[in-house]
Amino acid sequence: MKNITDIRADFPLLGRKVYDKTLVYFDNGATTQKPQCVIDAVSEVFTTYNANIHRGVHAISDRASEEYENAREKVRSFINAAGREEIVFTSGTTGSINTIAFSFGERYIRTGDEIIVSHLEHHANIVPWQMLCERKGAILRVIPVNDNGEIIFEEYLKLLNSRTRIVAVTHVSNALGTILPVREIIDAAHSMNIPVMIDGAQGIQHGHVDVADMNCDFYVFSGHKIYAPTGTGVLYGKAKWLSELPPYQGGGDMVANVTFEKTTYNDLPFRFEAGTMNFAGAIGLGVALDYVLSIGIDTIEKREKELLDYATKMLSGIKEVKIYGNSERKIPIISFLVNNVHQYDTGMVLDKLGIAVRTGTHCAQPVMDRFGIGGTVRASMCFYNTKEEIDMLGTGIEKVISMFLK
Amino acid sequence: MSVNEVQDNIIEEFSEFDDWMDKYNLLIDLGKELPAIDPRFKVKDYLIEGCQSKVWLYPEFSGNKISFTADSDAIITRGIVSLLIKILSGRTPDEIISSELYFIDRIGLRQNLSPTRSNGLLSMIRQMKLYAMAYKATGNRQPATGKTN
Repeated sequence: MKNITDIRADFPLLGRKVYDKTLVYFDNGATTQKPQCVIDAVSEVFTTYNANIHRGVHAISDRASEEYENAREKVRSFINAAGREEIVFTSGTTGSINTIAFSFGERYIRTGDEIIVSHLEHHANIVPWQMLCERKGAILRVIPVNDNGEIIFEEYLKLLNSRTRIVAVTHVSNALGTILPVREIIDAAHSMNIPVMIDGAQGIQHGHVDVADMNCDFYVFSGHKIYAPTGTGVLYGKAKWLSELPPYQGGGDMVANVTFEKTTYNDLPFRFEAGTMNFAGAIGLGVALDYVLSIGIDTIEKREKELLDYATKMLSGIKEVKIYGNSERKIPIISFLVNNVHQYDTGMVLDKLGIAVRTGTHCAQPVMDRFGIGGTVRASMCFYNTKEEIDMLGTGIEKVISMFLK
Repeated sequence: MSVNEVQDNIIEEFSEFDDWMDKYNLLIDLGKELPAIDPRFKVKDYLIEGCQSKVWLYPEFSGNKISFTADSDAIITRGIVSLLIKILSGRTPDEIISSELYFIDRIGLRQNLSPTRSNGLLSMIRQMKLYAMAYKATGNRQPATGKTN
């Protein structure tokens, strides 16, 4: 097993300095850093076999197509999907959700139908459904959240009814770190024949995701949050759903036959991959998943739990700090405020100490409204972070306290 | 003092500090000196919303000059707001419109005026200039409904 020094050495950016200070990167919830093997894989595409995929009859196009399809197989295997036709590459979580909201909506949503989301969603899992509701005259229902930042399951059960067409909830809250009971959510919906989409933007990189076992109908995630290049994403859909849904975008590669009178569509998954795909990014995603497996998901979960426990204990020990999101089941995200110090002030000071955190509403304004705050400071960690870095955050927070509260 | 003389003084004041925390401490102190905005104007009509911090800006037209009072919910932002007020308040519309605010860059706060930072400051400067343009165009008349867009 790799030690932490070796793990960190895999990520060249982690060694850099900002303002002459060692960078402490605690903004992994926004995007993760890339291991050298991913950077090299993308570079290799452009230096040795860059050619458009699925089109050419020539050698390097074949190679690019093959590597792209290998990446699809890696994704399939990583999430244990039944078949490759169930794996659609997209531009990211947002792209995936918009595709589902549009295509599912066109096929199944009518006036008066209901769609369920939770109060913990980030904007990417709210706005596409709201747009669908406006288009179709459907209604968005919201699962409420308790003071710990967990969904209130009994309230969810009450929302399910004969008008519910789909449940779309996050696997993990990006703002608070709460892991949702997705299996129970899915089982309850399935007992009424309602499909469920799980937004895995913050779930895929922190634990085992087995879509067969979870039995979700759709699972979506972004590549860049799991150590892969930006502009990559995955839409997993059970074949029985994807084969029912109309395409989202029209264009090249998604078609079988085009005439001005009538166009027929290509098979799955290509029907949902219009135009030139980000194949270099997708290939990088495949390598990133290999990297994650080489570290080991159990190892990642264990390390991240230790970091979360350490950080929670340390921050709870500072009496001026209030943590938002106190569920027993969390990924290593700590959302907090220092008394009445504005999150932006805290973030500005931490930044100059070399500590990168996110401040604001985390693209999840309803969550902040739920807690009656304008935003938080969010330290989002992952397996390559260290307890020493958490100590540095603690020192930074003491600095904030001395500057703004004394 | 001219707009640029005030800016040059600020640059000099900040040049004494190399450490970022000292600069921030100065901004925190400057924020405390900011003349208080009348609570009646700390309302939506005078709010410049940023995604990171909020700024309220109220103009008063008197004679040929515009005075500003302002506030922010973030303390460091309030410090920068107080600098902008120091430089641009009590000036003629022409002075405000033609001002070039180079001090921000020179004291190392350029990032705070980036459109991506969204702390309300960039919009605040734009709004000060818009008030000046509106005042110049319409004469001695207090805008009735706050922001000029």
